[in-house]
Amino acid sequence: MSATFELTPENLEAAKKIIAKYPPGRQASAVMPILAIAQRQNDNWLPQAAIEYVAKLLGMAAIRVHEVASFYTMYNLKPAGRTQVQVCTTTPCWLRGSNEVLHACEKALGIKCGEVTKDGAFGLSEVECLGACVNAPMMQIGDDYYEDLDPAGATRIIETLKAGGKPKTGTQIDRRTSEPIGGPTTLTTLSFGKGS
Amino acid sequence: MSDTIAFTLDGVSVEAKPGETIWQVAQRQGTEIPHLCYSPAPDYRPDGNCRACMVEIEGERVLAASCIRKPTAGMKVRTASERAKASRKMVFELLMADQPERQVGHDPESRFWRWAERVEVSESRFPERQTPGPDRSHPAMAVNLDACIHCNLCVRACREVQVNDVIGMAGRGHNAKIVFDFDDPMGNSTCVACGECVQACPTGALMPSTAVNAANVRTGYADRAVDSVCPYCGVGCQITYQIRDDKLLYVTGRDGPANNNRLCVKGRFGFDYVHNPERLAQPLIRKDGVPKHADDKVDPANPWTHFRPATWEEALACAAGGLRKIHDAHGGGALAGFGSAKGSNEEAYLFQKLVRTGFGTNNVDHCTRLCHASSVAALMEGIGSAAVTAPFTACKDAEVIIVIGANPTENHPVAATFFKQAAKRGAKLIVMDPRGQALKRHATHMLQFKPNKDVALLNAMLNVIMAEGLFDQQYVQAFTENFDALKQHVKDFTPEKMAPECGIPAERIREVARLYARSRASIIFWGMGISQSIHGTDNARCLIALALTTGQVGRPGAGLHPLRGQNNVQGASDAGLIPMVFPDYKSVENAEIRSQFEKVWNTKLDPKRGLTVVEIVNAVLAGQIRGMYIMGENPAMSDPDAHHAREAFAKLEHLVVQDIFLTETAYYADVVLPASAWPEKDGTVTNTNRQVQMGRKALPTPGSARQDWELIQEIARGLGLAWNYRHPSDVFAEMKQVMPSLANITWDRLVRESAVTYPCPAPDQPGADIVFGDGFPTASKRGKLVPAVYSGPGEPVDDEYPMVLTTGRQLEHWHTGAMTRRAAMLDAIEPAPIACLSPNDLPRLGITPGETIRVSTRRGTIELAVRVDGAVPSGMVFIPFCYAEAAANLLTSPQLDPMGKIPEFKYCAARVEKIAGQARAAE
Repeated sequence: MSATFELTPENLEAAKKIIAKYPPGRQASAVMPILAIAQRQNDNWLPQAAIEYVAKLLGMAAIRVHEVASFYTMYNLKPAGRTQVQVCTTTPCWLRGSNEVLHACEKALGIKCGEVTKDGAFGLSEVECLGACVNAPMMQIGDDYYEDLDPAGATRIIETLKAGGKPKTGTQIDRRTSEPIGGPTTLTTLSFGKGS
Repeated sequence: MSDTIAFTLDGVSVEAKPGETIWQVAQRQGTEIPHLCYSPAPDYRPDGNCRACMVEIEGERVLAASCIRKPTAGMKVRTASERAKASRKMVFELLMADQPERQVGHDPESRFWRWAERVEVSESRFPERQTPGPDRSHPAMAVNLDACIHCNLCVRACREVQVNDVIGMAGRGHNAKIVFDFDDPMGNSTCVACGECVQACPTGALMPSTAVNAANVRTGYADRAVDSVCPYCGVGCQITYQIRDDKLLYVTGRDGPANNNRLCVKGRFGFDYVHNPERLAQPLIRKDGVPKHADDKVDPANPWTHFRPATWEEALACAAGGLRKIHDAHGGGALAGFGSAKGSNEEAYLFQKLVRTGFGTNNVDHCTRLCHASSVAALMEGIGSAAVTAPFTACKDAEVIIVIGANPTENHPVAATFFKQAAKRGAKLIVMDPRGQALKRHATHMLQFKPNKDVALLNAMLNVIMAEGLFDQQYVQAFTENFDALKQHVKDFTPEKMAPECGIPAERIREVARLYARSRASIIFWGMGISQSIHGTDNARCLIALALTTGQVGRPGAGLHPLRGQNNVQGASDAGLIPMVFPDYKSVENAEIRSQFEKVWNTKLDPKRGLTVVEIVNAVLAGQIRGMYIMGENPAMSDPDAHHAREAFAKLEHLVVQDIFLTETAYYADVVLPASAWPEKDGTVTNTNRQVQMGRKALPTPGSARQDWELIQEIARGLGLAWNYRHPSDVFAEMKQVMPSLANITWDRLVRESAVTYPCPAPDQPGADIVFGDGFPTASKRGKLVPAVYSGPGEPVDDEYPMVLTTGRQLEHWHTGAMTRRAAMLDAIEPAPIACLSPNDLPRLGITPGETIRVSTRRGTIELAVRVDGAVPSGMVFIPFCYAEAAANLLTSPQLDPMGKIPEFKYCAARVEKIAGQARAAE
């Protein structure tokens, strides 16, 4: 456990820029991006010292920062993998098979959800909605989204990452971003109504 | 009243006051709507989260939470429609799914279970989920989160009402849970044990540990409840004793004017001292041939080494006889009495009357001398009144709040909650103290100035006010005098000159001076940091000058408020437990006043002012005073240079001690009279806000212990006085004859209303919270501005004694610890003496935290454990004075403020040493 925590000068500079966006007395509004900066600086997780540091920086009670950090699944309150696999299991993804995706990830990584591989390279967690329901099920690894997953696709992505490769991000099936599968289904002809 | 809102509630036309919710109107109309997450107690914001209070509003698609919904004109609300009732039932059924069985569910009589019964839900069709196990890590509170319904009341209690920020709701959705700090066990968290959450919890998830058994199930049910006032600090919180079989089970907060239901750890969990086996239960007489010497100790659990039991007849005859003998042989001047600020107004009045009319001397004093004597001196001189000009609750109307030389989160914890709330609301909170403190986190400005440099800092603020024309010209002209002399005096105290003196940058001094002077309403609170100094009167003069030059007094949110220490130090002082004055601060040296009192008391009175606490001790050693009567005070622990004081008590020919425990002072007694604890007596007390409050007898006295007022009367009769009071109310009636301050406040009214503020304009009107809006009770009706001399400490640090020793209190312990060291919860939280040192000083001194060290001054040496305390500045050692095993006052300096006669507890030169292995073994 890290007993002490301080933002690096560059990160503190970045934090101050974020704080400056809010009116005086409203510094607390900056808590989420600053927690994110702190987490990136600290091997992808937030020790208690980091939460206390952020609280002090923003003039907040530590418990309030803890509430925020424990509410959002993107903040890791215990050591995470260097690469953290975050599988969304909220309703739309769940209806579309996120349980199977999660199990496939567990199998591919050889760990249970909530654990970290022995070498610390990968961690696996179940997270709340990441806002890509239209391409459910999905997961986030690092800063990238992988969408329209099935167990095989999820396994392939993880195996590629384990081998040091770069898997294709975004949708894993035949579609562009969140457009309909197989191409557009509406507005397929150029017609602008009467008189066009 | 056109701004009320007319609407229909269950078919009846009703009117809501502005801001009232549907729930509140229904309650007023006699319909109690079920509620769990909502508490009607003051300052609990409705949250509308539990949905137990849903009502139907005509024309609205969904039901509304009545606790948070405000009615609009013409709205038609049905509180008991079938739909609303079915919805509420469902809420209870869902919540019940996770609850443990009622009989083992911690509190079968909780609000949750009682409401469930009323809405006729007894079982749930839903599956339960896994719930957390019990947490008994805290000595005073049992945590059973399996009964938690996540209503958030404890979070609001901790965060918004007491502003402690310990409890939170962590996690999310299904995994959301109540946590202490970082999900720590409660006993390891930063919880200050105010117990507000326990009082707020509707389910038994948080309970006083005295009310549950080992299985965490409630066992304690009160068979009666008695309303009273807390006996600890000057805040004067109203409480209710919950009693079973004449034993105190637990205590709940009541909605008093000073506390709005809130309590602190002492007031909620610190009452078992009354049932402590060491309570004195029979009179004691010193055994023949047992000598007295200053270093002697008596085990309060086994006093028979020094004392023998006596009958009341023998003990009272011996007590009064000894005093009478000295009186007859040497005159009244050879006697003195210490009364108590822990007793009632009636006891204080009787005690001073006994000393003045029975002993025939004005040698009567009490711990006010060690507390705010210098503030009183400065206030009497400046504004002709020693009480506060505004209650501490006035901070809610203030724009700027200065707290100087006070640590209210520890010493006036409930007052501190109001300061913290004000700061949260946006008031500027300026904390000035050499020692950091918990209030610092809430402060907009923390001025951690150098110890003993109050006058430098405050005169520099006055300099800014004068130089920048920030004073209130009109106010100064209308209501003050001596302005030019003050202006001239502070000319030299420029911020630039004073900055190196007090350690606060000049710009910072300017900033706070401007803030204070310019704000719409500024209020100053101060404590012992100001008063306990050889220039305490000068310190207080500066504060008075700040308020008077800027006109920051006599208006809502403005004023001067010395936070009084003891529960009844205001009342005891008002009642005349002071050597220079009769009741209501009437000078004993004024012949006209004296003749008035001589008429009422029907006897000749001593025309000379008496001696003060420390002077009495010196007079004993000088052979001038030979006999003393000490009631409810423990000067062997509380006096400065305590060894010197103990030598004096050991030297007395005759010492009568009346107390509830065999205190360190009673070691030297000839007669010990077992008396009544606060919950065992009827009587009034006056808090720091000038609120006279009714204390009610709730418990019997142990053994043959008797009421204090009766014992004072017995001594009086033994001295030949024909006293015949039958009840404290008789005494109160007599006090009213000589104390105009109590006008319109009668015993019966106090019985009825529990609290009335003085001065009070009429029997059916509330008292005046804020006084002196139009001048002061001085001869000229003006406030006097008195320039404060800047001088050094009585005993500056030097090479031999390089550290500053400062003393004070801790949250959990009261004064000399006679009560709180015998309160199990309090002593469990803070069980042993400590010396607090700056983390910067430890390496330099080669000391590790927890190590036993030696602290010495020119007067004595004690050994105690070190605690690292970031609040303590480098070069200072702070020691609480409540621990008999390492009494801080063996070290303190007896030098006095020339006017207030208060000792300098806050500054003396000390040496802190590591104890070498062999040195320790040799002792």
